[in-house]
This record gives sequence, C-alpha cells and structure tokens, in this order.
Amino acid sequence: MKIEFEHIQAAHCENGVTVSLLKNIGVQKITEPLVFGIGSGLFFTYIPLLKVNKGPAFAFRTMPGLIFKRTCRALGITVRRRRFHRKDKAQAYLEDCLDAGHAVGCQVGVYYLPYFPKEYRFHFNAHNLIVYGKDEGRYLVSDPIMEYPTSLSDYELERVRFARGVLSPRGQLYYPVAGKPITDELIRKGIRKGITRNIRDMLHIPGPIAGISGIRYTGRRIKKWRDSLGLKKAGLYLAQLVRMQEEIGTGGGGFRYIYAAFLQEAYAYCPDDVLMQISMSFTRSGDLWRTAAVQAAGIYKGRLGNQADFNQMGDYLLEIADLEKQSFTALSKIKWKI
Amino acid sequence: MKKEEVPQDLGSLGKVTKEVCYATDDTGKYTTELSQGWDVKAGALDVAWQDIAERVAAAKAKVLRQEASPLLYFMELKLMDVGVLAGYTGFWKWQVRRHLHPAVFSKLPERKLRRYAAVFEVSISDINSLNVHEDRV
Repeated sequence: MKIEFEHIQAAHCENGVTVSLLKNIGVQKITEPLVFGIGSGLFFTYIPLLKVNKGPAFAFRTMPGLIFKRTCRALGITVRRRRFHRKDKAQAYLEDCLDAGHAVGCQVGVYYLPYFPKEYRFHFNAHNLIVYGKDEGRYLVSDPIMEYPTSLSDYELERVRFARGVLSPRGQLYYPVAGKPITDELIRKGIRKGITRNIRDMLHIPGPIAGISGIRYTGRRIKKWRDSLGLKKAGLYLAQLVRMQEEIGTGGGGFRYIYAAFLQEAYAYCPDDVLMQISMSFTRSGDLWRTAAVQAAGIYKGRLGNQADFNQMGDYLLEIADLEKQSFTALSKIKWKI
Repeated sequence: MKKEEVPQDLGSLGKVTKEVCYATDDTGKYTTELSQGWDVKAGALDVAWQDIAERVAAAKAKVLRQEASPLLYFMELKLMDVGVLAGYTGFWKWQVRRHLHPAVFSKLPERKLRRYAAVFEVSISDINSLNVHEDRV
C-alpha cells in the first residue's frame, strides 16, 4: 500500500507535518509560516525548577501538538487522533489508516530514530513524522526535518512510537479528514485569531516565567549565573539555552524568522501596513536572538567569562524583550476589517 | 537574516540532511534557504556531550567505589534518568531508585536483571562487568 504523497521539508517538525498532511487532503493554500502563525506557535517560557538533561528548561514555542490542533480548528478541519496502550493495536490501527488511504502523523521519540545522527539523539519525545505507506515490509516515512523521505522497519517504528519518559507519545497518531473547501475568508479569520492568541500568550500570561516577562526574567537571571552557578555550570546552562533556541525542532531565533515570514504572508490576505512593519521588527528580533547565541557561544567555549560578558548576554535578552513587546503591542492595535 | 547570511558550517546533522532556514531575499521578501549547520550550534551540542561524557565517567567511578549499582553507569551512558528507565523497564520509579543501591542490586533475581539488560542492549554479565559494546551504543 502506498499513498500518493509529496514530501515537504520544513524548518520545524510540527509545522512540516501539519503542512504535509493538509496538502495531502487538498488544502493547497497552506504554507509553513501560515501554519505557524495561525497555530500561534511563537512563545517563550523558562521554568527554573524543571530540569531537562540536568539543565534548565526553556521553550520557544507552544506545547507540542497545539499548532496542528489550532490550525485545523481554525480551518474547520476534523482531526482524528488516537493513543494506545497496546503496541499490536497501535500497529494494526496504523495499517488500517494506510489501507483507507490516510497518511498519518505520528508523535515519536528521537532517541531510537535510526536515521538521526547520533549527536542529536536525546530522550526527546515530541518529534513528529508522517507515515504514508508500506513497501517491502518497511514503513515509508516522511520526516519534515529530512531532505528526502526515509523508511523504518516495524520494530523501529514501534520503538519510537512507544518511547518512554516525559511527554511519552504512547503510539499517538493523528490525521485530518477532508471536509469543506478552504476559502480565503477562513484563512483570514484564522490569521486574525492566531495573531490575537499570540498576543495573549506573549503579553498577558500572568507570572514572570512566560511570554515577554519570561524573556526579561531569563535575562535578569543570566546576569547572576556567573556568581550563583560558577563559570562551568553557567556555560552549560547557556549551551542549553542555545540548543533549545537554535536546534532543529525548537529553533527560537528561527521561529522569529518564521513569524516574520507569516506576517508577510498575512499581508497578502489582510493588507494592513502594520503587518509589514512588524514583520521587519521580528526579523530584527530574530537577528538579536542569534547575536545573543554568538555571545553565549563565547562563554561556553571559554573565549569570554567576565561578569561584563554575562551582563551583556542578559542585556541582549532584555533588548529582545523590549523589541518583541513593542511588536506585539503594535499588532494588538490593528483594526481588523474581518 | 539575509539569504546570503544563512550559516553554512558543516556539522554532524549537515552530513545527513540540510535544514530549512527562513531568510529574506534582496527585496526583503521571505524565502527559504538550506543550511548545512552553524558553528555556534555545534559548539552548544559539543558542550552537552562533554558534560555527558563527564557524567558517565563520574558514574563509572562511583560504581567502582561501590557507592552505586552498575545501573547508574548504564543509565548515564544511555542518557536516561530514573523516569525514562522506569518507563522502558516497566518498574516503578521507586524500584529503580532502590535498585541503584549496590546491596539491593546484588540480590536482584535474574528475571529482573534481564529486563534491565534488554533495555541497555547488553548481556547480564556485561552489566556487572560494565562492559559496553561501542558499536551498539
């Protein structure tokens, strides 16, 4: 069994899966930036008490799964989603879906994903890929991170679908069901909803750890890291920040660029000059995140290490916070004509 | 970021696949560009792996001093924490924590050891001798 399926490479796995699955059911207008924007993907949070790989936990995007869910809801597309207790049932259900002609998205862990380079295999369970057929006993897999489609054996796929640990996927699979045709009107409404929700997430979540205040909080904490953690551990923490920020699947600086691209595409649907201006300001904040990453690299590679360098690092984040606050405030002032 | 500025420093991922980056063209319009990797990212990943190597070495020393059971060594080696190991073996977390004590571990029956061995992809005798097959890690 093999479904006609076009592999699409994307900057982020969940965006990619969403775009591919939607295109597969005939939603041709959708693009990665649109999915990211309508799904309100941009976010920031720093949870000091939660540890990932013995380092602090940062996130630059919303909870895994939300981008897909929100985009489909905005476009009025029904989503079928299932988790399993039993591995054999999970496989049987997958094969039924393929027989019925549905390409399905699967949540998987990356630790046992054989085509990933060893350096990238951590116990991270919120990766997404698409299974679109079976050929000679191997599942045909379209992983949006990869340039080309790949394949997995029964055992390999079962192993990654039933990865254990935080956010364990429990065989979760999901696919959209083709429904009403997608009109420009729907997309326009989705864009408005996506932007409004993103403004709420970044500006109005109470408490110091989420959104703009989270960035500011992180900036202030970083300035203290040298004294409170020592140079070595502070370096580790910063390396963790950069990995969460720039690595595949998370991409913080990259996310700012995608959001800027989204605002440009949004302009085509809702011509308001503010969108274009703010798109440029997100490009700047993406650039700033990258500058901050270079500064952090100086510290964890041992080239920099003075308190002044940590202050500089913290100041970059404070600057980003100010810039993004301005951007979202400007977006919140848009007079929508929908 | 302009299209020409997308970094092209060949990293470990770049050898397997290039990644998509969003960048602007001459007119300021967004488009995608493939990147082979970025030194800053590669550096962060190196730091993480160095830290893991140090933790594995520390765990080994601890096991050899009889301060922890061999499970600790294999856990660090496989980048697992108690939660992940409990998930894969089917033990409760408190059981795994208990098995980390050398005295408790030495009395474990073979059927329990077999569950650990299967997850670590080694034989039971390898667990006790801290023997690792590098090719299978």
